[in-house]
Amino acid sequence: MSTENPAKQGVLSGWWSALRSPSSRWSLGMLLVVGFVGGVIFWGGFNTVLELTNTEAFCLSCHEMEQNVYREYRGTIHDSNRSGVRATCPDCHVPRPWIYKIQRKIQASNEVWHKILGTIDTREKFEAKRIELAKHEWARMKSTDSRECRNCHNFGAFDLTRQQARARNRHSEAEQQGKTCIDCHKGIAHQLPAGAFKAERELNDSVGGAVKP
Amino acid sequence: MKTKIKAIALALALALGMGVTALGVVAGEVKSLRPNAAAEADAPPAIYKVMEGTKHERAYRQQPPLVPHTTDKYEIDLKVNQCLRCHEWPYSDQEKAPKISDLHYIDRNGVRQDVVNGNRYFCKQCHVPQNDAKSLVDNKFQAATTNTNIR
Ligand code: HEC
Ligand code: HEC
Ligand code: HEC
Ligand code: HEC
Ligand code: HEC
Ligand code: HEC
Repeated sequence: MSTENPAKQGVLSGWWSALRSPSSRWSLGMLLVVGFVGGVIFWGGFNTVLELTNTEAFCLSCHEMEQNVYREYRGTIHDSNRSGVRATCPDCHVPRPWIYKIQRKIQASNEVWHKILGTIDTREKFEAKRIELAKHEWARMKSTDSRECRNCHNFGAFDLTRQQARARNRHSEAEQQGKTCIDCHKGIAHQLPAGAFKAERELNDSVGGAVKP
Repeated sequence: MKTKIKAIALALALALGMGVTALGVVAGEVKSLRPNAAAEADAPPAIYKVMEGTKHERAYRQQPPLVPHTTDKYEIDLKVNQCLRCHEWPYSDQEKAPKISDLHYIDRNGVRQDVVNGNRYFCKQCHVPQNDAKSLVDNKFQAATTNTNIR
């Protein structure tokens, strides 16, 4: 906006002053009611959209997700098991606490951009970039102490006596050493990228070598 | 002329028909070692739970030990081999898993290498998880528990 365009400025400032000046036509009560109802509708709509983007079906609407990670996830313990309780994509990838959810959703708008760019639109491209994507997820889960896993699994509620020996030994150790689920359970829902073990060591070294090797 | 053709056609049809029935009889009679007919698909095997946590005796000295845990969730392909993540040194110490024996590191020329050799890369070729299933086929296998060479 500059002084070269006085007409436009005039219109704009007219609107602006209308917005700023108190209403003489509508009562305050009426305004409050309308504002409240409008707010509810907006908020409801916002949350509905948020919920819609929190479904497996939404994630699979992009073939990048459907053709690669989803195919590998099929048949794993979180897709089908003896109890029939499933963990779907958002259960592990989208935080539940509202503020973190919004944060993750804003980050995820980056995915839409890469969808348009076609960054991973073939299997080859996906495999090539996979180690980077996996590292992001590992780092995220490590920094949140595997919060999403803990929404369903609770160390405190583990009945170690009913676990298989391998799990029992490692879990009692893990609790003492303050390790988190993702330290030991990589590749739980998808295949691992090439070079995953090397990346794992680097990741552990970079956060102070709390977990060896 | 016409009757000749008809006769030949009839003879052919008969011959073919006989052949077909004869073949049918043969296929019906052939039994596979499993109880069903050879031409039929095998009946799906009964489902048994993998026995976890029990160590199984070896039936002969060179036997690859059976796996005392499930293996289906561990990826083995060109990208990664998750078995190594627990059984290869130095992971084996940390995971308290038996270390892969040194024989797995010897290549086909008998030279010792630093990585598991290609001919032992696909672990499940030799190491299978154990479940308490009946054998599909009757057999006379006996464990070589008597070693006549013991002095
Ligand atoms: C618009 C298509 C699209 C949809 C819908 C979509 N994704 Fe993605 N996703 C992508 C693309 C493209 C990438 C690669 C981003 C990159 O290259 O950085 C990606 C990357 C990822 C990553 C790796 C993130 C990282 O930090 O590197 C995860 C995890 C993921 N998606 C999970 C999901 C989940 C869970 C859903 C459903 C809530 C979902 N995606 C829905 C296209 C999509
Ligand atoms: C939506 C809930 C949910 C979430 C989130 C979840 N899980 Fe699970 N998990 C389950 C259920 C249900 C089972 C199957 C239990 C059964 O029937 O034995 C399971 C089983 C497992 C198993 C047993 C595997 C096996 O082969 O026996 C492991 C390990 C595991 N989960 C790790 C994780 C990790 C690591 C995360 C986080 C990345 C996670 N889970 C997130 C619900 C969940
Ligand atoms: C120190 C490494 C370690 C950590 C940390 C760890 N686990 Fe495990 N867990 C194992 C091992 C080893 C097994 C058995 C082998 C396997 O399932 O691959 C196991 C098995 C399991 C099982 C299956 C139990 C059974 O009896 O079959 C579940 C469920 C599980 N882990 C969940 C979790 C969750 C949730 C967390 C985080 C709170 C976690 N684990 C942290 C090492 C670990
Ligand atoms: C049990 C929890 C769990 C579930 C369910 C799950 N993921 Fe993942 N996902 C992970 C973990 C952990 C990683 C980090 C890499 C690894 O260890 O395999 C990951 C990595 C990814 C990546 C990065 C690329 C890669 O392979 O490393 C994408 C993309 C992804 N997941 C998308 C999805 C989609 C889409 C679904 C639904 C079909 C889904 N995930 C379901 C736990 C899960
Ligand atoms: C989570 C770590 C872990 C993974 C992954 C793993 N194992 Fe094991 N494995 C163990 C542990 C721990 C034992 C010892 C169990 C016991 O003594 O009860 C063992 C025992 C064995 C044994 C028996 C060795 C003996 O001397 O009796 C074999 C064979 C074996 N595993 C093969 C495999 C194969 C093949 C794979 C891949 C498909 C694999 N393991 C993946 C932890 C693991
Ligand atoms: C060609 C067959 C073959 C393949 C493939 C193979 N092994 Fe073995 N494995 C054996 C035999 C035979 C033994 C017993 C003799 C010995 O100790 O070397 C054995 C022993 C073992 C032992 C027990 C060692 C001990 O000291 O008790 C472990 C653990 C093991 N193998 C793990 C693996 C793993 C993990 C893989 C995959 C990377 C694998 N093996 C691939 C044949 C094989």
